[in-house]
Amino acid sequence: MIALIDYHAGNLTSVRKAFDALGAELFTPANPGDVAEAAAIVVPGVGHFGATRALGPDWIEAILARVGEGRPLLGICLGMQWLFEGSEEAPDLPGLGLLGGQCYRLGAGNARVRPDATPPGTADVTTIKVPHVGWNALDMRRDASIVDDVATGSQVYFTHSFVAPVTGDTVAVTEHGEPFAAVVQRGHVAGVQFHPEKSGDVGLQVLRNFLSLVG
Amino acid sequence: MLSKRIIACLDLRDGLVVKGVNFEGLRTAGDPAELARRYNAEGVDELVILDITATLERRRALADTIRAVARELFIPLAVGGGIRTEADAVAAVEAGADKVSLNTAALSNPSLITTLAERYGSQAVLVAIDAKWEGDRCAVYARSGQMAANREAVEWAREAENRGAGEILLTSIDRDGTKVGFDCKLTAAVSNAVSIPVIASGGAGTIDHFTEVFTRGRADAALAASIFHYAETSVRTLKQHLKQQGIPIRL
Repeated sequence: MIALIDYHAGNLTSVRKAFDALGAELFTPANPGDVAEAAAIVVPGVGHFGATRALGPDWIEAILARVGEGRPLLGICLGMQWLFEGSEEAPDLPGLGLLGGQCYRLGAGNARVRPDATPPGTADVTTIKVPHVGWNALDMRRDASIVDDVATGSQVYFTHSFVAPVTGDTVAVTEHGEPFAAVVQRGHVAGVQFHPEKSGDVGLQVLRNFLSLVG
Repeated sequence: MLSKRIIACLDLRDGLVVKGVNFEGLRTAGDPAELARRYNAEGVDELVILDITATLERRRALADTIRAVARELFIPLAVGGGIRTEADAVAAVEAGADKVSLNTAALSNPSLITTLAERYGSQAVLVAIDAKWEGDRCAVYARSGQMAANREAVEWAREAENRGAGEILLTSIDRDGTKVGFDCKLTAAVSNAVSIPVIASGGAGTIDHFTEVFTRGRADAALAASIFHYAETSVRTLKQHLKQQGIPIRL
């Protein structure tokens, strides 16, 4: 059984439904001790990095212990950002620290392109809004099992304002004013910034690839 | 590059998809789950279910319909119509909605936007604004276009964003069901005033109308109902044409 970590950062109905459709069995651990039973761990979540405060030291320890035993871990959206060392969105909170780097706000490094920066009537469809909401393309940077049978250029559904940095763990980047890590993987730890449960066939394929890691 | 979204809207009454003109004169267009399957197969980017008579008849959005539509659908699903309280929103979300759309309830109780944004995240809260021009002013209407809300569309969209809305679903009452084109002036005014995505609705009749609203109207997404229901234009044909015209689109 796969542990779906519910820390009340958003609704899990869609994630459950997608795993159900693929025949995977999920359970929601009531306390950190239950994670020891998990064949694999999924950390979903949307919204503010501060929501991960509900995953205190006990949860972090339990999840790291299970991952240390070789069990696969998938972070989705906020859950992927949590794999990193932390986020500027809640600087006092540590992440899991399995991947190196800090998450940061899209457009923070450069002057944000406001929609009113272009005069009305121009045919500019490239202006950038934050949050980044909608379907955008995956630009594959390297092979990794989490993206088996997913073609570069495939589009997936995003909804977020903060992003993880592009590092050696990055498998695919997506561009929204700047490139950011859309898919990461290091060994049996993987993360996706997009919502595989809302990304049609491409999303289901990514979840299937994760299930193959579980074996 | 972020794609412009094509959203199909299922206006529901008594569990069936219906469509009117200028918010009146409804005719039946079919079974919601069947239409949802068809649009999904054609590559629609998102679905919206609006229980359009729910507000008037004080009915609740039908959880069974949401469940039936959500079962095989792995794209975002928004549900609106008759969501008046936090409990109504919770029921819709638990039935499978990814987003809830607030209209009349947001106008009469704006704090509901914040309550739901705190519970589910802003991405789950869509504020629907029905507006029509009255001189130079674009007035907001509540109760399915029946009651003036004494608000101006741009100012209300800004307030909705500040209160935690994740997207604005902007419907032109003047254009609804007319197929004469989206209201680009209204859409651009609202889109320029907020940082969150704006979904344009009302008036889609031709492929060029979509191009216009994505360029001149600065819409992030466009919603249509009738042109898809009666198979006048398939979602796939529309998206292929938009792509050829240089609009970023998911195919």
